[in-house]
Amino acid sequence: MNQRTRLSMLVTQTLILSLMLALFGRLFYLQVGAGAKYRDAALSIQSRDIVTPATRGLIVDSSGVPLALNRVGLAVTVDRSTLDKQKDQGAAVLKRTSKLLGLKYADVFRRTRLCGELPKANQSGCWTGTRYQPIPITKDADPNKALQIVERSDLFPGIDSMPVAVRNYPGLAGVNAAHELGYVGPLTEADLSGLNGTRYFRSESVGKAGLELQYDTYLRGKPGIKTVIVDRKESVTSESRNTLPIPGSHLVTSLDARLQASTESALADAVLRARASGYRADSGAAIVMDVKTGRILSIASYPTYDPNIWEKGLTVQQAKDLFSDAKGVPALSRALQGQYAPASTFKAVSVVAAAAAGYNLNATYSCPASVKVGNRDFQNFESKSQGTISMKQAIAISCDTIWYQIAFDQWLKDGGLFPKSNAKDYFFTAARSFQMAQKTGIDLPSESVGRVPDRQWRLDWYKQNKNYFCNYSTRAKKSQLTPFLIALAHENCLDGDKIRGGDAVNFSIGQGDTVITPLKLTQMYAAIANGGTIWQPTVGRAVVGTNGKVIKEITPVALGKIGASSSTIAFLQDALHQVVVSGTAAGSFIGFPVPVSGKTGTAEVFGLNTNGTKKDNTSWFASFAPSNKPRYAVVMMVSQGGFGASTSAVGVRKIYQTLFGVTGSTVDPTKAIYPSGPPKGLPVISPTTKVKTQ
Amino acid sequence: MSSSLFTARRRPTRLSWMQGFDPFLTVAVGGLLIIGTLLVYAATKNWYASVGLDPQYYVKRHFINILIGIFLAFGTTLIDYRLLRAYTPIVWGLSVLGLIAVLIPGVGSTVNGAKAWISLPGGFQIQPAELAKIAIIIGLSMILSERAHDRDDPSHKDVAKALAISAIPIVLILLQPDMGTVFIISASVVAMIAVSGAPSRWIAGLLIVALVGGFAAVKVGVLSDYQVKRLQSFVDPTADPQSSGYQLRQSRITVGSGGLIGKGLFNGPQTNGRFVPEQQTDFIFTVAGEELGFLGSSFILLLFLIILLRAFAIARRTQDPFGRMVCVGVIAWFAFQLFENLGMTMGLMPMTGVPLPFMSYGGSSMFANMIGVGLLQNIHARQRG
Repeated sequence: MNQRTRLSMLVTQTLILSLMLALFGRLFYLQVGAGAKYRDAALSIQSRDIVTPATRGLIVDSSGVPLALNRVGLAVTVDRSTLDKQKDQGAAVLKRTSKLLGLKYADVFRRTRLCGELPKANQSGCWTGTRYQPIPITKDADPNKALQIVERSDLFPGIDSMPVAVRNYPGLAGVNAAHELGYVGPLTEADLSGLNGTRYFRSESVGKAGLELQYDTYLRGKPGIKTVIVDRKESVTSESRNTLPIPGSHLVTSLDARLQASTESALADAVLRARASGYRADSGAAIVMDVKTGRILSIASYPTYDPNIWEKGLTVQQAKDLFSDAKGVPALSRALQGQYAPASTFKAVSVVAAAAAGYNLNATYSCPASVKVGNRDFQNFESKSQGTISMKQAIAISCDTIWYQIAFDQWLKDGGLFPKSNAKDYFFTAARSFQMAQKTGIDLPSESVGRVPDRQWRLDWYKQNKNYFCNYSTRAKKSQLTPFLIALAHENCLDGDKIRGGDAVNFSIGQGDTVITPLKLTQMYAAIANGGTIWQPTVGRAVVGTNGKVIKEITPVALGKIGASSSTIAFLQDALHQVVVSGTAAGSFIGFPVPVSGKTGTAEVFGLNTNGTKKDNTSWFASFAPSNKPRYAVVMMVSQGGFGASTSAVGVRKIYQTLFGVTGSTVDPTKAIYPSGPPKGLPVISPTTKVKTQ
Repeated sequence: MSSSLFTARRRPTRLSWMQGFDPFLTVAVGGLLIIGTLLVYAATKNWYASVGLDPQYYVKRHFINILIGIFLAFGTTLIDYRLLRAYTPIVWGLSVLGLIAVLIPGVGSTVNGAKAWISLPGGFQIQPAELAKIAIIIGLSMILSERAHDRDDPSHKDVAKALAISAIPIVLILLQPDMGTVFIISASVVAMIAVSGAPSRWIAGLLIVALVGGFAAVKVGVLSDYQVKRLQSFVDPTADPQSSGYQLRQSRITVGSGGLIGKGLFNGPQTNGRFVPEQQTDFIFTVAGEELGFLGSSFILLLFLIILLRAFAIARRTQDPFGRMVCVGVIAWFAFQLFENLGMTMGLMPMTGVPLPFMSYGGSSMFANMIGVGLLQNIHARQRG
């Protein structure tokens, strides 16, 4: 062997040994280093879970009347993996099936598409589950038609029919409560990914909104799972475990079916009445709360929809309607998601601010036709002067100018446009002590938060919009280049980061940038009624197992206290009663036998409707009763509903009628919803519980 | 002096059968054959039983292949390997004819996208490419070791000749196309030329040609669709979940799920569920990985290592340049095929269908491997003192 051969041999040998070493290293990594990961992967390849869904728990009202229950329906399902393999991707089969079931092909097509397969704008009604599970076209098929499908599998390849549990909202006593109950639906890929910490099984249904979503972990139960080991051809080789389903627990709510139905109809009635008076009245909300606990006794939003449409299978039209402006976006719960200027209902907060600033609540103040703030005149409501009146009277008749004067004076004291470092900000402080800028924390998903446009908020707002305002002539649309808007933009560019006199004045009467949800206002008025405690509102009362054992008691939580002395609160209660006795709401409560306290609100709304008309005022009535011994807070809001008194206060009166058992001007305690207050104990739960009738 | 793993003892003449064989080599190959038989059985037993066929169908045929292989190995050792030179042109010619035949429609049968087999009556198939490996190794050894008296190293002309006789089968295999085998043969050719003492320009040149060729093949599209797919799925296993990417992922999962000690022979759920296709042939190592675990699999690697180390020892010890060239050829062939196969199984290499020497089910490969071992033993037995 010569030298070169020897060297080449050595190189070759080294190369080959390093290849062997690489193989050994890789083997070590796969089997020892990452062995656990691959063991899991192998397990998921080999095992299949056959899931028997658990029976979902009932949702009942405080007397046990079912609001959500289950029944057996006949589902017609589509197997996408079979359909997709057909020449026309199953179009002919789907058309035939639609015709047989009397459904529109477009609806059936949409329902059997995965959401990701459809353009973003046309997704509602799409299948939120996965391709690998049977996708229901309907869960309510006629048995004869379902039989045809099963018998003629040659005509309907990939279509099957099977009995399924259908979530049903029976609407007893006329209850709708669509926004609060929510609905159930199939799992999404996101759910299945396990990112939210819950392990789901493909064929399970889960709560998608409302209480169904909020209490899903309790209601859902545990599905029965049979795990089988399969081979590559999916034939079962052995069974590795078999557990029986554990039915879900029941949810007892604090709602009362009769009161809920009555609240819904009073709200709908108020909306229709406003429309009859020429207002647009696009939407509304009404809430009844137990002021001693924060429990929600009824909660309604208008417009609403049939909560059963989800389980029946949304049609394309229904899906569109849920979010259509023309239909008033029924999907949105106005009670906890709508944000509106509170207007005069906010004056309760202003009273607290004035008291803190040292104003004598029992003194008299002037209520002129207008107050000059800087170079602008701020008008009283309808520009009328009311002379010199007491503070109580000012609340009763809803004088604005008294608040303009107080707010402006305080603003000047705090330094005006050059605020002192220790500015008192009585109005902002009072609003914060009512927790206006926080969520109420209700046990329903997707609550919106109100807005208190304080100094920090304005600073943040200015930072975001400065560029726009300072370059308004180039950034704004041509139609927005009106002299007024240009002047406004110029003003905002100069000192939009500061609380100006006008901002302070607007804030004192709940206008300007202040917005609030109807639920938050209810919580605030309940606090005034109960002496100052802010309760976290709750709809759920308890979770009860199928064996009747209480699994979870949902106890009221006090979130804090209003920053007001008891004498201020007493003054407020008195003044609010005066509103109903001799003030703006007196007309709406003529002859009402139960003493009610409340405040009307008529909020100006800026901007235009989609059809170009100017927006009508927001109508508010926030109240509690009985005035002498407050127990219930009732708030109604009708967006673009006109005056607070004529639209909402009348609606609230109707709710009180049901609540207290009022006929004409007499009270019949036996006809009251709660003859002795909201129930303290838990009802017996049965799907057959009937609504109480007097 | 007792023989050790790293130095081969000189055997001046061959006295009787077995005597003169390298015992380590014999035992290592024997071990692989036994383990391989068990693995083939494990890979096919449940599958065939589940469809109502003879569960021992594959293992019986595998056993017959091994017997034929042992017979061939012995046969190879009977005649002095130096006399094999006389047969080389015949073996080469036959393999080239076979390689042409597989390309003729109706004669060659296509498996997994490559026309690599000739179907024979009785369900047998032969793979001329396996025969070609031996033909090229012996052919090259002949040319690179026979040289003029006045020089020690092969001349440029010798190297050119060597390249020519290996190029013809390589091109024919490229046409099938069987990239795995092309890679193994090319790598072996380069290794042999390198060790022959040929001018280093040749070696550098060949390496450059290999790199450029590989790159161009992918770019220009010499690689057929299924090969590009295989290469892509190597880079991104999720690209084609149904085919080669699926196989690669399944294969990796199956090996990995074996863990340290494995699931036990015949007890691998991945194997028994047949989640890895071709698991009795190209993916036989997944069965070892899952059922025998890291301990068993590394033992298999150890046996292969022993074979390679012994072959190197024989190559170093022999005084005959021809014998040494044959040794190096066989080493390179075994080593690269081993790396190609195990690398693919464990996700280090793209998918190319080459069997695992001595273990995979399949006659042609088994016969060729055993002839290869026979050559090593023959050289070992006839080392000149």
